[in-house]
Amino acid sequence: MYDFAYHRPASLADAARLAKGAEAKLIAGGMTLIPTLKQRLAQPSEVVDLGGLTDLAGIRIESGRIVIGALTPHAQVASSPDVQKAIPALAHLADGIGDPQVRNRGTIGGSLANNDPAADYPAGALGLGATIQTNERAIPADEYFKGMFETALKEGEIITAVSFPVPERAGYAKFPNPASRYAVIGVFVSKGPQGVRVAVTGAGNGVFRVKAMEDALGRSWSADALKGLAVPADQCNGDIHASSEYRAHLIGVMAKRAVQAAG
Amino acid sequence: MSPRHDGIGASVRRKEDLRFLTGRGMYVDDVARPGQLYAYILRSPHPHAEIARLDTSKAAKASGVIAVFTGADMEKDNVGGLPCGWAIKSKDGSPMKEPPHPPLAIGRVRHVGDQVAVVIAETYAAAKDAAELIEVDYRPLPAVASIADAIKPGAPQIWDIAPGNTCYDWEIGDKGATDVAFRNAHKVARIELVNNRLIPNAMEPRAAIGDFDPASGDFTLYTTSQNPHVIRLLMGAFVLHIPESKLRVYAPDVGGGFGSKIYHYAEEAIVTWAAGKVKRPVRWTAERAESFMSDAHGRDHVTTAELALDKDGRFLGLRVSTNANLGAYLSTFSTCIPTYLYATLLAGVYTTPAIYCEVRAVFTNTVPVDAYRGAGRPEATYLLERLVDVAAREMNMDRVEIRRKNFIPNDAFPYQTPVALQYDSGNYHATLDQALATSDWAGFARRRDEARRRGKLRGIGVSTYIEACGIAPSNIAGALGARAGLFESAEVRVHPTGTVTVFTGCHSHGQGHETTYAQLVAEGLGIPIDSVEVVHGDTAKIPFGMGTYGSRSLAVGGSAIVKAMDKVIRKGKKIAAHLLEAAEADIEFKDGKFTVAGTDKSKALVDISLAAYVPHNYPLEELEPGLDETAFYDPKNFTFPAGCHIAEVEIDPDTGITEVVNFTAVDDVGRVINPMIVEGQVQGGVAQGIGQALLESCVYDENGQLLTGSMMDYTMPRASDIPSIGVATHTTLCTHNPLGVKGCGEVGSIGSPPAVINAIIDALSPYGVREIDMPATPQRIWQTIRNAQPAQAAE
Amino acid sequence: MTQVSMTINGKPASADVESRTLLVQLLREKLGLTGTHVGCDTSQCGACVVHVNGHSVKSCTILAVQCQGADVTTVEGLATDGTLHPMQEAFRDNHGLQCGFCTPGMLMSALDLVQQNPDPSEREIREWLEGNLCRCTGYHNIVKSIQAGAAAMRGVRAAAE
Repeated sequence: MYDFAYHRPASLADAARLAKGAEAKLIAGGMTLIPTLKQRLAQPSEVVDLGGLTDLAGIRIESGRIVIGALTPHAQVASSPDVQKAIPALAHLADGIGDPQVRNRGTIGGSLANNDPAADYPAGALGLGATIQTNERAIPADEYFKGMFETALKEGEIITAVSFPVPERAGYAKFPNPASRYAVIGVFVSKGPQGVRVAVTGAGNGVFRVKAMEDALGRSWSADALKGLAVPADQCNGDIHASSEYRAHLIGVMAKRAVQAAG
Repeated sequence: MSPRHDGIGASVRRKEDLRFLTGRGMYVDDVARPGQLYAYILRSPHPHAEIARLDTSKAAKASGVIAVFTGADMEKDNVGGLPCGWAIKSKDGSPMKEPPHPPLAIGRVRHVGDQVAVVIAETYAAAKDAAELIEVDYRPLPAVASIADAIKPGAPQIWDIAPGNTCYDWEIGDKGATDVAFRNAHKVARIELVNNRLIPNAMEPRAAIGDFDPASGDFTLYTTSQNPHVIRLLMGAFVLHIPESKLRVYAPDVGGGFGSKIYHYAEEAIVTWAAGKVKRPVRWTAERAESFMSDAHGRDHVTTAELALDKDGRFLGLRVSTNANLGAYLSTFSTCIPTYLYATLLAGVYTTPAIYCEVRAVFTNTVPVDAYRGAGRPEATYLLERLVDVAAREMNMDRVEIRRKNFIPNDAFPYQTPVALQYDSGNYHATLDQALATSDWAGFARRRDEARRRGKLRGIGVSTYIEACGIAPSNIAGALGARAGLFESAEVRVHPTGTVTVFTGCHSHGQGHETTYAQLVAEGLGIPIDSVEVVHGDTAKIPFGMGTYGSRSLAVGGSAIVKAMDKVIRKGKKIAAHLLEAAEADIEFKDGKFTVAGTDKSKALVDISLAAYVPHNYPLEELEPGLDETAFYDPKNFTFPAGCHIAEVEIDPDTGITEVVNFTAVDDVGRVINPMIVEGQVQGGVAQGIGQALLESCVYDENGQLLTGSMMDYTMPRASDIPSIGVATHTTLCTHNPLGVKGCGEVGSIGSPPAVINAIIDALSPYGVREIDMPATPQRIWQTIRNAQPAQAAE
Repeated sequence: MTQVSMTINGKPASADVESRTLLVQLLREKLGLTGTHVGCDTSQCGACVVHVNGHSVKSCTILAVQCQGADVTTVEGLATDGTLHPMQEAFRDNHGLQCGFCTPGMLMSALDLVQQNPDPSEREIREWLEGNLCRCTGYHNIVKSIQAGAAAMRGVRAAAE
């Protein structure tokens, strides 16, 4: 790791000001940033720790929505009775991220800000039509994800919370990479105030929706409705763990399983 | 079994556990030396390149840096290359090609991770920061990573002395007799397969600390080694030219080895030599990424084989042709693995009368390949047990019956195989029967049908394996090319108050020697186990040793302890005869007491040891004082553990995910000293075997870049990947060592891979699938199902 | 250099660290607590697991400066007055360790599991150990040890009530 200056601001405003430097990196749980720094793949001059902004952690219910503070660790989302009751698929998703120690540190805000193309939360946010709340504005999930590690966040903009509409039903099914346990394919499906949504992570350069599947599920919410529907292999990545054909196939399998899990 | 609660056959809790459980183990990286410096090793990012220019001047001036060294600096000091410990001769009698292996590259790098320079600094971070200032102009050369590419005509040449990238082209067995067997065959079963390349990944990364005492001129190397004396011998004699008397090698607690910590590695020589240059301790600990590109890898064979059968399904002849990847340099024991530890096992547990095997070993631009848990024997077993299943299908015979029909019968021992080995004992029917019963083989069809109703494909597979442990004897191994002895030493020191310290040349890095050896000695000398301490790993304390590998520690190291203990008892009898005023011949030793036969006159061990060290009433004219005996034991033969492994799997045909739902191991490891430890060894080995079968694979791209360079891409078995593993033993005693022991460290990784793959092929048989290579990852299984003829698919 | 202070195994500790110093480096290199190990660089092996403020974390993936004021427990803090913790005892009784390198992380991870789930099933234990690798045992006896340790801890709790 290269050395850097460390800051632990006490207010969101201070954090935003410190984060404005082009060479600054925000750290929440650090589950991606620290391994990246250890491998010397990034060389920030400043690291701004959001850990002091305790207001940003916690889960609350607002009329028909679950609002999760950006600094809420995955373990807390997974074990939250409120989340388990309102959106069990989201609790299940959080419970499958990384390992227990990653879930104890890693945060929803950090995951969404990083937008790893194989991360789970982007599928949950897009698949539920969440709203990403920042210190400056509210960004609908449909406008937030911009491709591999790219988001709508501007320099110095900090996620403060993620607001999920409570769906009628939702499910998440993931085929984990056998080595890293990131998603080779993860499919989040939901039916609710944001319509029918099918969001896929792991397949491409970033999370995406599959309109054909959404239309089919809109007509008939059942795994059978997805029969014969596929994402073309040429829209999927291939690597040593999964060829693009295999990924394309797994999207179909995981989508059905997500629908079955949603009930 | 001994009636003692702490003797032979008892599941004694391990003596070593207390320190590990409380965080007080002392691994190399836990050792802190006053004034220590940190080494960072700059490694090649290229699989093959000329070093056109190497300029370390900027790095040398960086903050905190003490020195930067390159291969040229070591060469100037007359530092030698890392030696290879086994010379193989090709078919035509010519010696193997043995290229130089400098600790730091000279002029050319030959694999990703090859050592280029070392930075020594006050902190590790400073050393690593400075390494970025080293300027290297690489002139990339074409590279080869796979066996197939290495042997292509016109392939890039890695060594000028090795045309066709061939290190040797070796053979064993009777070619003529085997050809005759095939001419007379009723049917021939054929197979082509890959034994996948593995990366050992002991949980403790390798580490080394070099220390130099300017006052005495003594060097000390702390290292993560399975055999510190071997390192002292190789590094002292061949690389750094330091006499044994001035070089101490100490391997304290070592966090797993599995073969990968046998070899003499460049970093050991670098830190020891550098400590002498800078006159301060120099430490190095591998980052895991470095482990991936510098620890010796395992396996990596491509093989075709044929089995000739008569009309009754008897094996008539076996013909095998193997290409083995040795990597870019010859690691310490790399050359004997695909030869004497592989092809000599091809008879398996069967009476095949004619066997011929040829092995071509090739250089590639990859990390050196050497022994990894099982070392050659897993490759032989996997080939044979897959081929026997093919033969059963060809003959339309039951998989179990064809094995039984060809087993070496119980009354045939000692049994001479056509590939050099002579098996001393075994009962292959017994381990098979027991495994069939435990696994409920007979009830499988019901379980398969039940699984099918759940949409799962269930399969069962069997493997009846044999292996060879405790490689020996030294004179025969020497005739076959070994450049070292293969004995073991032990010293049993009875202290004046009757407590005992045992010094062994074997090394425990998880095997529990401190307990198993203590059980042997407690039982042998009739003293409580708490009175026995076992010391290992330090050349300053132990007379000599060859270390721990090839499941040799009990068969060879334990036998040396027994021999030393016998000497103690013999001397004790003389002392007792004097004290009891009896004839030596009348003294009996039992349960810790020296007794005059037929009387109640006796002396305890402590009386004897006290007399030996306080020799006031002692036969000084006939006997030296003291009670401290050393023995060297050179085995007469290998030992031959064997057994049966049965795996049952369920496959999700939609995803290709395989779950091992049941695993049964019944092993004959000879006499069992500590059943708890033996079970643990087998379970650990089976997990590595399941890892090889389902998960693990080292992948290089065609240009020699390592694609599985971290645990993010190389799949390590996790708890959720491995089933609960049922282990049982069935014992036949080894006939040629004093304990009747055979070895248990590797049986798990040898017997299990073919059992798992045979089970997968069984599960996929409704699709007409006949073969699949390891690792049978979900993707590979999905692809295999997809490639199978849909017409042959079930239902 | 920044000074960090925290409570480690019940005792106050402080040291000067660089911003980039990891918690595990602070423990091992500055404080001599070498029971916590480093087995990988990609946050997967779990040999470095400690508790920070009551939860298991990978001490190789947290900066020392992030632990300012925290309450840290390492494997060295488990045994009291020479008496092993019931989980340590269970690992000893069930041969839950071989080379011992992964053991501290296994223990710390297991204890976090048991505080959330006092009676975990075999499947729950295996899934919980997602972030703890062992190359020696094949996990069989680690799972057995954790079940036995959890049972012993339930017994201790029941006896105390």
